[in-house]
Amino acid sequence: MFMLSVGLMAGCADQWNQPYTDEAVGSNTLFTAFSAPPKHLDPVRAYSSNEWQIISQILEPPLQYHYLKRPFTLEPLTLTEMPSVRYFNAEGEAVAQTAEDLAYSQFTLNLKPGIQFQPHPAFARDADGAFIYFPLAERQAAQLRSPFDLPELATRELTAADYAYAVKRMALRQNHSPVLDTMMNYIVGLREFSEQVSAERADQPREAFFDLRPYQIDGVEVVNDHQLRIRIEGVYPQFMYWLAMNFFAPVPWEVEQFYAQPGLVARNINFNTFPVGTGPFYLAENNPNLRMRLVRNPVFHEQFYPESGLAYNMPDTLLRDAGKRLPLLDEVVYTLEKESVPYWNKFLQGYYDASGVSSDSFDQAVQVSVSGELDLTGEMAEKGIQMRSGIEPTVFYLAFNMLDELVGGYSESQQKLRQAISIAVNYEEFISIFMNERGMAAQGPIPPGIFGHLEGEEGVNLYVHDWVNGEYQRKSIDTARALLAQAGYPNGLNPATGRPLQLHYDAVATGPDDRARMDWMRKQFEELGIELVIRSTDYNRFQDKVRKGDAQIFFWGWGADYPDPENFLFLLYGPNGSVATGGSGINSANYANPEFDRLFEQMRNMENSPERLAIIQEMLEIVRQDAAWVFGMHPRSLALYHSWYHNVWPNRLANNSVKYLSVDPELRLQKQAEWNRPVVWPLWLTALLILVLSIWAVSAYRARQQQRIQPQSSNTGGRNA
Amino acid sequence: MMAYIVRRLIYAIPILIGVNFITFVLFFMVNTPDDMARAQLGAKQTTPELIASWKAERGYDKPLFFNAEQPGLVKLSDTLFVEQSLKLFVFDFGKSDAGRDIASDIQERMWPSLAIALPTFAIGLITTITLALLIVLFRATVLDTTAMVIAVMIMSISGLFYIIAGQVLFSKILHWVPISGYEPGWASVKFLILPVLIGVFAGLGAGTRWYRSIFLEEINRDYVRTARAKGLSEISVLFKHVLRNGMLPILTGVVVVIPSLFMGSLIMESFFGIPGLGSYTIDAINAQDFAIVKAMVFFGAVLYIIGLILTDISYTIFDPRVRLS
Repeated sequence: MFMLSVGLMAGCADQWNQPYTDEAVGSNTLFTAFSAPPKHLDPVRAYSSNEWQIISQILEPPLQYHYLKRPFTLEPLTLTEMPSVRYFNAEGEAVAQTAEDLAYSQFTLNLKPGIQFQPHPAFARDADGAFIYFPLAERQAAQLRSPFDLPELATRELTAADYAYAVKRMALRQNHSPVLDTMMNYIVGLREFSEQVSAERADQPREAFFDLRPYQIDGVEVVNDHQLRIRIEGVYPQFMYWLAMNFFAPVPWEVEQFYAQPGLVARNINFNTFPVGTGPFYLAENNPNLRMRLVRNPVFHEQFYPESGLAYNMPDTLLRDAGKRLPLLDEVVYTLEKESVPYWNKFLQGYYDASGVSSDSFDQAVQVSVSGELDLTGEMAEKGIQMRSGIEPTVFYLAFNMLDELVGGYSESQQKLRQAISIAVNYEEFISIFMNERGMAAQGPIPPGIFGHLEGEEGVNLYVHDWVNGEYQRKSIDTARALLAQAGYPNGLNPATGRPLQLHYDAVATGPDDRARMDWMRKQFEELGIELVIRSTDYNRFQDKVRKGDAQIFFWGWGADYPDPENFLFLLYGPNGSVATGGSGINSANYANPEFDRLFEQMRNMENSPERLAIIQEMLEIVRQDAAWVFGMHPRSLALYHSWYHNVWPNRLANNSVKYLSVDPELRLQKQAEWNRPVVWPLWLTALLILVLSIWAVSAYRARQQQRIQPQSSNTGGRNA
Repeated sequence: MMAYIVRRLIYAIPILIGVNFITFVLFFMVNTPDDMARAQLGAKQTTPELIASWKAERGYDKPLFFNAEQPGLVKLSDTLFVEQSLKLFVFDFGKSDAGRDIASDIQERMWPSLAIALPTFAIGLITTITLALLIVLFRATVLDTTAMVIAVMIMSISGLFYIIAGQVLFSKILHWVPISGYEPGWASVKFLILPVLIGVFAGLGAGTRWYRSIFLEEINRDYVRTARAKGLSEISVLFKHVLRNGMLPILTGVVVVIPSLFMGSLIMESFFGIPGLGSYTIDAINAQDFAIVKAMVFFGAVLYIIGLILTDISYTIFDPRVRLS
């Protein structure tokens, strides 16, 4: 049957293992994959990278990051220019940014006219102006799998009210926006507004449409169709970065009303599954368990590929499409691939245009030179595969619970204990063993590419590394042992017990791969004579211990929300302490140094300047000396892509980068055909084998049937022979 | 027979309540509603207010089994257990904690699961029974011994090996079939060939050995001797008489699994990119989505009960001596 099926396929296509149609492969479509279905596509809730990977192509907040420029630079997306900021006192009089009586900042956003939402049935109206699909007959709704099954689609112009509506949705507690509590501290009147509308919403059925248009937030003013003003408490320059996030993407009220219809709710057709925006693509198909398909928005407003902005290390080929209208692709097909083996093999067959590099396939794809440089293997280079890598704006660290009696505290001996451990836990070795050199040892909490991170000798953490011959060099283990002795633990012995000092490492280490990591970690502490006890638990308990301050030493990480040092240094700001805030704070080490906190408060609302840089360096010196964290590493992303795929450049903050990508479908078709010619001879061989076996079996059966029955019968097996 | 079926269905009610109760106890022993809220809301920026509102909206702010703050019987009814269990008995699965309609999800994902499970089951059953009969035909020969050695070898190797080896051989090296993927309708055939082949092959060893032993027991019975004495060929004896009489023990193990085919196969579907129900429960457990977990455990229990009833009914079809009462 298998042979028959394969034989049938042979008559149908040139490439039998082609997972798509030839028509799709020959079209201007990007084929890529996702490993876990996104939970939320509603911008009010979506916050994970796999969610933003999709919705950032559909929705447009007011600002975006320039695709090429480094350091990361904001630019208008739906605005005519960057928002203007003015400062006012409590009486509403304009004041300078540095004025002592400054009460709030006012951001004015001027929208580009003529921007249209993607065509959608929610906008469709009849000749009388009434909505065609609101209300929608239950019978009609029952037949839908997507809103685009409805025949009539329409659009309308983006207005400032749509942005205001998005902020109002954020304020509804029932929408569970992860940034509501943060924004309440900044947007004037948002807290009161949230309490009011959430209380009123609570009285209505959960799925019913709650029209937020009649309600107004004090600090959000729609001046006219193309101008919006947002007032922020005090000074908060980082608000510009928030305006580049999807939480501030516009939401048309008609769509929310349309999706609230019971028939659509029951079919999982809602803003969470089919978000609507003004972006370059719309979500034409959403089966998160199989495939998500983005299609070019036919009414997308004018946007062009950047003509400049290349940093010094960027290839000129990144400007091959300079000045072309965006998006460059017609479709993007995301296929769910949960397992790395099929994903990798399909990439090698040319059926995915790009791939990451998992640890399983690392040796096949990448070779590491003696100096630690990553390069493609010959096999990859022969296929024309190319590689892009970049340090991510992320930090992983080993945190000490500063409230712990043993490893916490701020005395000199306690500092020296942590400094000794910081030297002993060799993250260069960790990166080499466990990450295939995909990372760099951190010198502080701020990753490269973020203001405040200094390269070279200026950036070295002198408590852990030295600057030798133009390179960071970890201090010797003898230095660590000496520090440990000064801390009161000579040779790692605890004078109170006369036995090796015992420390506890809390981790979620339940998989077989974790064992090697735990052994490695134990070994690092053994170098100092310290006995490390691994307290492995499940993720819930682990989080709980960290929140309550019950963990002693643990591994943690943080990825940038926006490219500002405040977004990393607030992880060490005392009032954000996990225990101090009852578990909601993000300073999981519970680090609280008054001088550091004072400098943080001074630095956080400053514009980037030499003064700000000086303060940051002062803060880094304090935290390095206190050694509240073992500054672990900044990971390096690694992406492989085929020769027909263009304009790939890692930009972790620019989530809307798909519009800049392009493919050469003809080259892709040609390469796929070349790499996937079916090998036919085993089919014939197998058929022949089956034939021979059948003939032999029939002959053997006939021979047995014709055997004469012997006088003596056998008892075994039941059959006489 | 109707009375028997109705009685079995009534017996099913306390079983389902018990299954549901155990699910509640086990799930909430490992996860607290706060943990569930955090898993759904994400690690970043999760405030106590956000958690409280999430719990209140889904009823997770109520006690599990006993609400001491309420009067009388409401102490038992105003609880998470009662509120979340009652609807299950009318097959109202409600919404997942992530906000998706569970019934709609099951309906959508059930068909791809069946598309892979039904052919694997049917072809596997026919193939293993045929092979077992052929081995019995050549019993006590080298072929029999060789076949049994191969069967043990097939059983001894992990199913995961067959999947990866099959993908590498048939897709990567020979380029015969897609390595993974799925399309609805007839277009799915080319994606299903390899998983079905692997599913059938992986089950050959155990199935063939089991059925062979069943048929070997039958082969010495009087009716077989009579059939031979009448001059029937050995093939007729095996495929008409031995097979029919050997079906009863086979049915015991086979019919009961038929309804469970809806539930899909976790590993097979993950590796071949089949959008079925196989990973639905596991994904829900990982995401701490209790609404899906309880619905799927309940659904699985219902299917198992149906399988047992079908097994009983099938006995009456294959053995007229059996009467359900």
